[in-house]
Amino acid sequence: MNSSNQAASTSFKAPDSSRLQLDEQGRLRHFLTTESLSKEILTEIMDVAESFSSVGNQAVKKVPVLRGKTIVNLFFENSTRTRTTFDLAAKRLSADVINLNIATSAASKGESVLDTIRTLEAMHADMFVVRHSDSGAAHFIAANVAPHVSVINAGDGSHAHPTQAMLDMFTIRRVKESFAELKVAIIGDILHSRVARSQIHALNTLGTKEVRVIAPKTLLPSDTDSLGVHVYADLRTGLKDVDVIIMLRLQRERMGGALLPSEHEYFECFGLTEEKLAYAKPDVMVMHPGPINRGVEMEAAVAEGPHSVILQQVANGIAVRMAVMTLTLGQNRAAS
Amino acid sequence: MDKELTAIDIDEVIEAMADDLARYIKRKNMVDPLMIGVHTGGLWVAERLHQHLGLAKPLGEIDISFYRDDFTRIGLNPQVKPSHIPGEVESEHIILVDDVLFTGRTIRAALNEIFDYGRPDSVTLAVLVDRGARELPLHADIVGLKLDLSPEKQVKLTGPAPLALETNRN
Repeated sequence: MNSSNQAASTSFKAPDSSRLQLDEQGRLRHFLTTESLSKEILTEIMDVAESFSSVGNQAVKKVPVLRGKTIVNLFFENSTRTRTTFDLAAKRLSADVINLNIATSAASKGESVLDTIRTLEAMHADMFVVRHSDSGAAHFIAANVAPHVSVINAGDGSHAHPTQAMLDMFTIRRVKESFAELKVAIIGDILHSRVARSQIHALNTLGTKEVRVIAPKTLLPSDTDSLGVHVYADLRTGLKDVDVIIMLRLQRERMGGALLPSEHEYFECFGLTEEKLAYAKPDVMVMHPGPINRGVEMEAAVAEGPHSVILQQVANGIAVRMAVMTLTLGQNRAAS
Repeated sequence: MDKELTAIDIDEVIEAMADDLARYIKRKNMVDPLMIGVHTGGLWVAERLHQHLGLAKPLGEIDISFYRDDFTRIGLNPQVKPSHIPGEVESEHIILVDDVLFTGRTIRAALNEIFDYGRPDSVTLAVLVDRGARELPLHADIVGLKLDLSPEKQVKLTGPAPLALETNRN
C-alpha cells in the first residue's frame, strides 16, 4: 500500500489562495497552481515556451539565461519523468541543478521541511522545484522562503500539478490554435488527479468552449459541480464530437480498493480503443501524461496511433518548464 | 537633428546598403551567404536586404532575449520570439543584420547565439544605423547611416511598413 498518494492527507494547511504566486506588479513569482491565474499569464507562459522550443534545434542545446543560478529539485515523493524534465529544463537554461530525493535523505532522519529549506538557502539556492505527497506543500514552502527564492510546484498531493497542465495546454495550442472552439474531454481518475484539477482551471481560463470529464462516479470529487465541467459516465456519449482527449493515469496501487472492481472491467468501460475513438472528431488529439498502463487506460494501437501526441507532450514539457523557470526567476530578480 | 532623422527615406538607405553589401560579398569571395536578422527591427531591414540581393538561402531570424547580459537586472523580455535559423550555420558565411548599433551588447548576444548553432566560417555585420557610444570592441562592416549621438539619446526603427527612424528627448 502506497500511502504517499492518498488524496486525504493534510499535514500542510490547504492553500486558500494563489495570491502568493504573484508579485506586487501581478507578475509570476512562484508557480504553484493554475487556479486564479489570468489568461494573460497563462498565454505568456505558452508564448515564452514557444521561443524555448527552438533551443532543442541548436547544436549546443543550451541558452545562458539562468547561468549562475542554482535550482534544487526537492522531491519528497518519487518521480522519474517529471524530475528528469525539470532537470533537463534547468540544464538547458545553464543553471546548476541539485536533485534531492528527500524520501531517502534527511527527512528520514527527522529534519523538518523548514530546516531543509533553510539549509539549502544558506547554500544560495535560487529556486526550489517541489514534489510532495501532501496538498499544499509547495504553497507552504513558497510562503516561507527568502525573498529572492522562487518555488515551482511539481505536484502536491491531489491538489495541483501546474506545469503538467500548462504543457498540455501548450501541446493543444500548437495543434489547435484557438481554445474558443474546442471540446475537451478528460478521462479517468479525476478524484485523485492533481493534473486534472490544474487542467480544468487552465482550460476554463483560456476560454475553452466545453470541458468534459468522463469517469466512474467513484472517481469523481465531491466538488465536481463547482469546477465548471460537464460530467459523463459513459465513454462513447462523452467522446461525441470532442477535439481533444486527455487521458489520466490510473494509479494501479488503488486498484485493490473499493473504488474500482478490476483493471479489466475499467478498460471495458473507460479504456480508449480505436472503436471508441471513432465517436470523437476525425482530427481528435489523444494525450496522456505517461507512463501509460497499456490495456488499462488505452490500447497500444491508440497510444501509438496517428491521433496520439504523447511524445510531443514530453518535448513540450521541457520548453514549458524552461519558460516557467525563466519567468519566475527573471521577474523575481528584477523586482528585488 | 530630430526632424532630419525622421525625414530620412529608409528604403533609399537600405538600397545603398544592398549595393555596398553586394560588393563586399564579391570582394570577400563569399559563396551563398546565410543572412540572419535580429528581432524585431533588424529582421525588417534584413527582409529588404535579402530581397535586394536575391540570396538563395532563406532568411534566418534570431531573438537574443535568452542571451542578454541584463537578465538579472531587468528579467525576461516577455515579447521574446522564437529563433529560426534555416539550415546549417557550420562552415557558412553569415551576414548578421540589425537596425541600430549602439552599445554593441545585442551583437555580442547574437554572436553567442549563432555560435550555439555551429561554427561559421565568417560573420559580417550590417546595420542600418551606427549611432556611436559603443561599450564593447565591436564594429559594423556595412553601415547605412552613421550618426554621432550622446549615450542618453535614443534612436529607434519603427515598422514594418513604412520603415522610419524615431528619436526621443532623453
